[in-house]
Amino acid sequence: MAKQQRPNGVGKAADYLDQRTSIGVLVKEFARKVFPDHWSFMLGEIALFSFIVLIASGFFLTMFFEPSMALVRYEGEHPPSMEGQLMSAAFSSTVEMSFEVRGGLLMRQVHHWAALIFVFSIVVHMFRIFFTGAFRKPREVNWLVGAVMLILALAAGFTGYSLPDDVLSGNGLRIIDGVVKSIPVIGSWLSILVFGGEFPGHHIIPRLFTLHIFVIPGLLIALIALHLFLMVLQKHTQYPGGGRTDKNVVGYPALPVYVAKMTGNFFIIAGVLTLMGGTMAINNVWNYGPYDPSPVSAGTQPDWYILFVDGALRLMPGPGWEWVIGGYTLSMNLLIPALVVPGILFTLLFGWPFLEAKVTGDHKEHHVLDRPRNRPTRTGMGMAIIVAFVVCSLAATNDLIATHFSLDIFAITWTLRVLVFVGPVFAFWVTKRVCLGLQRKDRELVLHGHESGRIVRFANGEYIEVHTPLDEEERWLRVSYESPEPLEIQPLTDGRGVRRPGYRSDRRWQKLSRFFYEDRVSPVTPAEVEAAHSHGRHDEIEPGRHDEAEPKAPTGAGAVGGGPRHSD
Amino acid sequence: MTPWRPRLGACVGVVLRWYRFMTEKLKHSQRDEDIFVKALAARRHHRLAPVVLLLLALLTTGGVYAALAPSTAQAETVSTADIETGKKLFQANCATCHGSNAEGTDGVPSLVGVGAAAVDFQVSTGRMPMQMNGLQAMEKPRQMNEEQTAALAAYVASLGAGPAIPTDEQVDASLGDPSNGMALFRTNCAMCHNAVGAGGALSEGKFAPPLWDTSERNLYQAMLTGPQSMPVFNDANINPEEKRDIISFLVEQRDGSAGGASLGALGPVSEGLWAFVVGMGLLIGAAVWIGAKSS
Repeated sequence: MAKQQRPNGVGKAADYLDQRTSIGVLVKEFARKVFPDHWSFMLGEIALFSFIVLIASGFFLTMFFEPSMALVRYEGEHPPSMEGQLMSAAFSSTVEMSFEVRGGLLMRQVHHWAALIFVFSIVVHMFRIFFTGAFRKPREVNWLVGAVMLILALAAGFTGYSLPDDVLSGNGLRIIDGVVKSIPVIGSWLSILVFGGEFPGHHIIPRLFTLHIFVIPGLLIALIALHLFLMVLQKHTQYPGGGRTDKNVVGYPALPVYVAKMTGNFFIIAGVLTLMGGTMAINNVWNYGPYDPSPVSAGTQPDWYILFVDGALRLMPGPGWEWVIGGYTLSMNLLIPALVVPGILFTLLFGWPFLEAKVTGDHKEHHVLDRPRNRPTRTGMGMAIIVAFVVCSLAATNDLIATHFSLDIFAITWTLRVLVFVGPVFAFWVTKRVCLGLQRKDRELVLHGHESGRIVRFANGEYIEVHTPLDEEERWLRVSYESPEPLEIQPLTDGRGVRRPGYRSDRRWQKLSRFFYEDRVSPVTPAEVEAAHSHGRHDEIEPGRHDEAEPKAPTGAGAVGGGPRHSD
Repeated sequence: MTPWRPRLGACVGVVLRWYRFMTEKLKHSQRDEDIFVKALAARRHHRLAPVVLLLLALLTTGGVYAALAPSTAQAETVSTADIETGKKLFQANCATCHGSNAEGTDGVPSLVGVGAAAVDFQVSTGRMPMQMNGLQAMEKPRQMNEEQTAALAAYVASLGAGPAIPTDEQVDASLGDPSNGMALFRTNCAMCHNAVGAGGALSEGKFAPPLWDTSERNLYQAMLTGPQSMPVFNDANINPEEKRDIISFLVEQRDGSAGGASLGALGPVSEGLWAFVVGMGLLIGAAVWIGAKSS
């Protein structure tokens, strides 16, 4: 404009819009938004983009799916094994859209693969958040939003898996029916409420359809918007490194860098999902046939994210756990694996940020991420949860393990029964030890530098190996972390010898806090660096020795954005 | 245009007349029978007469059954020479466990009455002669050729009547109805062999094998004779046409299913594994690549 340029069409349109909505302010704000660069920050993006693929392919499927349990006779010629069979309209329309509708099978398969990837990426994304401590203040609320979305994603997956009304999904629903019925007092009523009568009834498919295409995706879209809004509002976390503090964000502006990267990533994700849908068969419902409550085929399992519940059910011993109390049956063999186990998992998931803040006595805002090694207990707990989840999931595949590795199915079940208790404890212990070891290694590196492999002999015959000191970036990474100590609590009595109320509860929290932070390796202090660098005569020959009193933060490579935090 | 009423009346008349005639005749015959029974009772004096009668009845039933029972004769012409060869082969390869006259030993079944179908199944799939004792005889390259197998089958069949080797027509998949076959397979077979015959686990390390490489004849024989842990599906349970339908369904599964690579047709577990390895592998790889492309 300065050069007396006439505005082109786009410019005019933008100006038109801006004069009426002042949208330019928003665009300016977003375009200059700074995001830090790391591949692990794109895991959530995979979830977001596979959700978009899910919506798009799901929209296509609703054009052809008939959510009805009315009995019909299959008229199509393909596949020959379905010809003339009696089935529900839901199943019939699923088979028909796969064989008669152009691109229907591709869309179905893309939709199902995208669903598996959606949940996978959510879980992987959550573990990234967990292990790096990104759930800490101020992001606890966003963690909760994410956890709710995980549950919604599982619900979306399960309702979708049940819609085709094939033998496999019908068996899944039958298990759900059993679990619902095992709930004390209200179980039977609840089951009749859910299924509109005795299982399977005629209502469940239309009900699941409404949940699957309307309620759950609607909630998910709303929560995704909230999730992203909070992410923008609170600014993105960043990995520790030179120039990165809790008061800035080091990275690149959204426009053009991240918009380009995100667009590219979307096309990659949509491409990979389409490729999978086009080349790998998934959930061929006509293999299982239309649902009827009598057959159950070998290798009947739910999709991967429900495997852990199925596995817990398979691990739970049957006899002796069904108690009849005053004429009422209490099925602990269903209640424990199907409700208590997921209950523990989700309680931990929802409660963790608050539990950790409490035992750490931490009320500060955190924007720089933890390296997992610097929080040995948290990292250990995360690994324990992963191991428990994997062991339970493996238990659900015991029949496949048995046939593919020529093992005895009972031996597998018993091994996993032991492992489900021992495995997580062992994983916790190993992980914690590895973390502490890595921290000690960091200390050693900061104090003595890298081994150079150069051996020097002094005139008096003494041999030493020359160590190369770390550069500033390397040192910053290894010393700039917090290492919390166990909580200190007020004594039992005050100065006048009066017993303090709340002491007992404090004491319990302190015990838990000790469990978290008793084993700790404190970060190297400047004084320690100083002492280490001047303890021997051989120091004279060390090349390029840095002995700043304090490791200075080198300036970051990118633009420093974000400015002071709101809280400051 | 309404000749309906008179015709109906005529019909009713005929039926009524016929009914009256028949009831008369029946009353008459009953009376006759009463007289006959009384006469017989009057003449009967020996107390062993019922025993003789019973023996006669048994002999008649047995004779009629022997004449009318489904033939268990071998489809091919079985010569005495075949049976002799079979006996020699049996004594050289099988008698150690099954006894010199196939009467069975401790924990090893007798082969009298198992029929040619059982022998053909076990020997042509290499399960017998067994390599080693185990939970289950394993399939392996066959040890006996076609002729030797036929001779063994002839010998065992000569020991006692049992199911015969099915004819080619009985196992011709193209004559079967895969849709009916699938319905039957789903109710009778899928709980062990998986929905499309990929195989599955049984207790204590035993397993139901995959069925895609099994020949049509062997499939039929397995249903008929119930080898190892498998139950017998005799002709009253699943008739020969239905067996052929099942074979037809299984033969159709050999080509895999629509939609691309079948991933072992094992259901959600293998799908989850592939989603993680291929899908998440590619996507995380792409994320690392995009992340590395810094500026």
